[in-house]
Amino acid sequence: MTNKTVTRRGVLKSGAVAGAGVALPTIFTASSAAAYTNEPTGSSVVLGFNVPQTGPYAEEGNDELLAQQLAVEHLNGEGDGGCLNTFSSKALQGNGILGKKVEFVTGDTQTKSDAARASAKSMIEKDGAIMINGGSSSGVAVAVQGLCQEAGVIFMAGLTHANDTTGKDKKANGFRHFFNAYMSGAALAPVLAAEMGKERRAYHLTADYNWGWTQEESIVASTEALGWETVNTVKTPLASTDFSSYIAPVLNSGADVLVLNHYGGNMVNSLTNAIQFGLLDKVANGKDFKIVVPLYSELMAAGAGENIKGVLGSMNWNWQLQDEGTKAFVKSFGEKYGKPPSNSAQTCYAQTLLYADACERAGTFNPCGVVEALEDFEFDGLGNGPTWYRGADHQCFKDVLVVRGNENPTNAYDTLEIVEITPRAQVEYDPEHPMFAGGDLGQCNPGA
Amino acid sequence: MDAILLQILNGLDKGSAYALIALGLTLIFGTLGVVNFAHGALFMIGAFCAVTLQKVFNLSFQTIDETQTDFLGNPLKVETPYVEAWFGPELGATIIDWSVPLAILFAIPIMLLVGYVMERGLIKHFYKRPHADQILVTFGLAIVLQEIVKYFFGANPIQTPPPDVLSGSVDLGTMIGFDPNAIIYPIWRLVYFGFALAIIGAVFSFLQFTTFGMVVRAGMADRETVGLLGINIDRRFTIMFGIAAAVAGLAGVMYGPLNPPNYHMGMDFLVLSFVVVVVGGMGSLPGAVLAGFLLGILESFASTTWATTTIPGINQIIIYLVAIIVLLTRPRGLMGRKGVMED
Repeated sequence: MTNKTVTRRGVLKSGAVAGAGVALPTIFTASSAAAYTNEPTGSSVVLGFNVPQTGPYAEEGNDELLAQQLAVEHLNGEGDGGCLNTFSSKALQGNGILGKKVEFVTGDTQTKSDAARASAKSMIEKDGAIMINGGSSSGVAVAVQGLCQEAGVIFMAGLTHANDTTGKDKKANGFRHFFNAYMSGAALAPVLAAEMGKERRAYHLTADYNWGWTQEESIVASTEALGWETVNTVKTPLASTDFSSYIAPVLNSGADVLVLNHYGGNMVNSLTNAIQFGLLDKVANGKDFKIVVPLYSELMAAGAGENIKGVLGSMNWNWQLQDEGTKAFVKSFGEKYGKPPSNSAQTCYAQTLLYADACERAGTFNPCGVVEALEDFEFDGLGNGPTWYRGADHQCFKDVLVVRGNENPTNAYDTLEIVEITPRAQVEYDPEHPMFAGGDLGQCNPGA
Repeated sequence: MDAILLQILNGLDKGSAYALIALGLTLIFGTLGVVNFAHGALFMIGAFCAVTLQKVFNLSFQTIDETQTDFLGNPLKVETPYVEAWFGPELGATIIDWSVPLAILFAIPIMLLVGYVMERGLIKHFYKRPHADQILVTFGLAIVLQEIVKYFFGANPIQTPPPDVLSGSVDLGTMIGFDPNAIIYPIWRLVYFGFALAIIGAVFSFLQFTTFGMVVRAGMADRETVGLLGINIDRRFTIMFGIAAAVAGLAGVMYGPLNPPNYHMGMDFLVLSFVVVVVGGMGSLPGAVLAGFLLGILESFASTTWATTTIPGINQIIIYLVAIIVLLTRPRGLMGRKGVMED
């Protein structure tokens, strides 16, 4: 039997040790009071919209921003609710996200990777943004996606079409709603075969950077599978403003189709130059000469003016679709801003709602919970028909549009007409497809 | 052979723009001794003179067409240009169609005024400052001007098509004995080349055959002596700044149908035009023209498939490569004068 004496000094000593032991986790890990980066603690949650507000894609960025602001209104229960009324998931109630009012901050990507990373970093570190959404460039998307992965926030990409975004550069914290170059090729090929035949000789002019290369690779593969021959693939510097030196050799190359793997100002100028040289009036190999622009956008089509008449291309979405989701979004956007939305605006709007819905279904803003909720999520009612966010690479799979420059537009907005809605099954591919190989999603990073 | 001729034509066409911009640049440098980095912005403003006139001609009034609907399902608002209502549909449509050539008349007073205001309001305060200060202030001005244009016209390119009769292309090959379709060339590009030659000829004639031009040339050679003779050379140099601005502006007006104007088109040409001036010889007008056409042709040939497969990337460096070679062998440029920028 032991004889223990309880003394005042002993109690104080024991109490101090026990107290220190209990307090230890919070003393040494004060910042880990938050379980993940920018965990919302107040009555609101901050989203970061990172779009080009200056530079050549400023108008596209502005359209994205308008759509993102509209999404915030709808999430907070303002306006007519837009696609909250048509979205197949009914988790969103118009009371913010998880009961917290949605606020937003904006950043200017300038369509430059370094500027885009800096603006995203600022929104995450200074403004407490819990998610980054938007952008109009694959280079920017890959750069910001990498940053978000490191920072432990979710990246919902805007307009990014290069295969690499969900291919070799994919990240667990990043998600792409927009379609990609492979899908453009897969959707366009049957229409090209039907309209131009299977014996064609194609000449490619390709913007000399990552997106151009992957698009050229995709279109060459899909057209050669049809039986087309690729006469030449010529890389053009991104800074080119006049393409006459590149167009002139096409005339006597033996080609009867010109594929312009260009976007933005490059596309407007190369298409204008091709029309000036009379390519569409030319007969080659006994066939009418044709031009294909695999990636279209409404704003670029407007810039190209009458030159796009009859020229085929592909899109992620178009305001002229007649499904209920599209009609609801076009009505909300059109009544608020007086014009129909572009396909980059639609993708940013859908991405904002998808993020909010994933938080609601996961019951948390924790990026790992959001990733789990978005992976292999099947939904409808946002304007693209039944859609699947594939877990293996975080790429959305949905119908793809083949469009043509309208021969007889009736107003400033119907410059493009929908030729075909290519079913989702036709543009699906294996996650290990060679054009997407080499990347690894890795693990979700909650940060903090 | 046909491919070579096509690239020579392309080169002359590119060279036309380079030569016109470089001509103005070197004129300003030769007279005022100012390195004007806002000169590309003047080219851009010229192009937007055409855009503005096109928009003015297209100002419309609205009528409601109950039989058609807009994208929201509301009755369609049909827009009719005032010029078509005032002058009749045919003449109105013709006026709109010819808005780019008509913009030349609109652009000349605008550009002279812009040049005058720019010189009197800002640049004259930097005559005695180092070239680095001049570059900084004019580059800043260029950024301000392009942001103003972006504010009013947006960031997207805006089509300014040529008149219908001058659009499309012409089969030059058949005219000189080649097979049909061998040398097809856009009509407006030929118009642009001819226009550039006319402007260059007019500037040279003005300097060569008028008393005003003689005084300006004398001032370029020896400013102090001309001043001692009681001639207000500064005033004449200010007018030359306005003329240089007008030359750049007219080059921009006529360039619109080749590639749709956008707010940063001036910056796209600025660096190349400076290289043209340096290769031609600082302050040398014939040098600027010669170097403009020479570099335009070399750039065109460097963009051919043969050239890019033989030396990958040659199309992006050719102009700078030539500049290095010229400066190593002829440090004053092709036609540079002794004493310019050598003090």
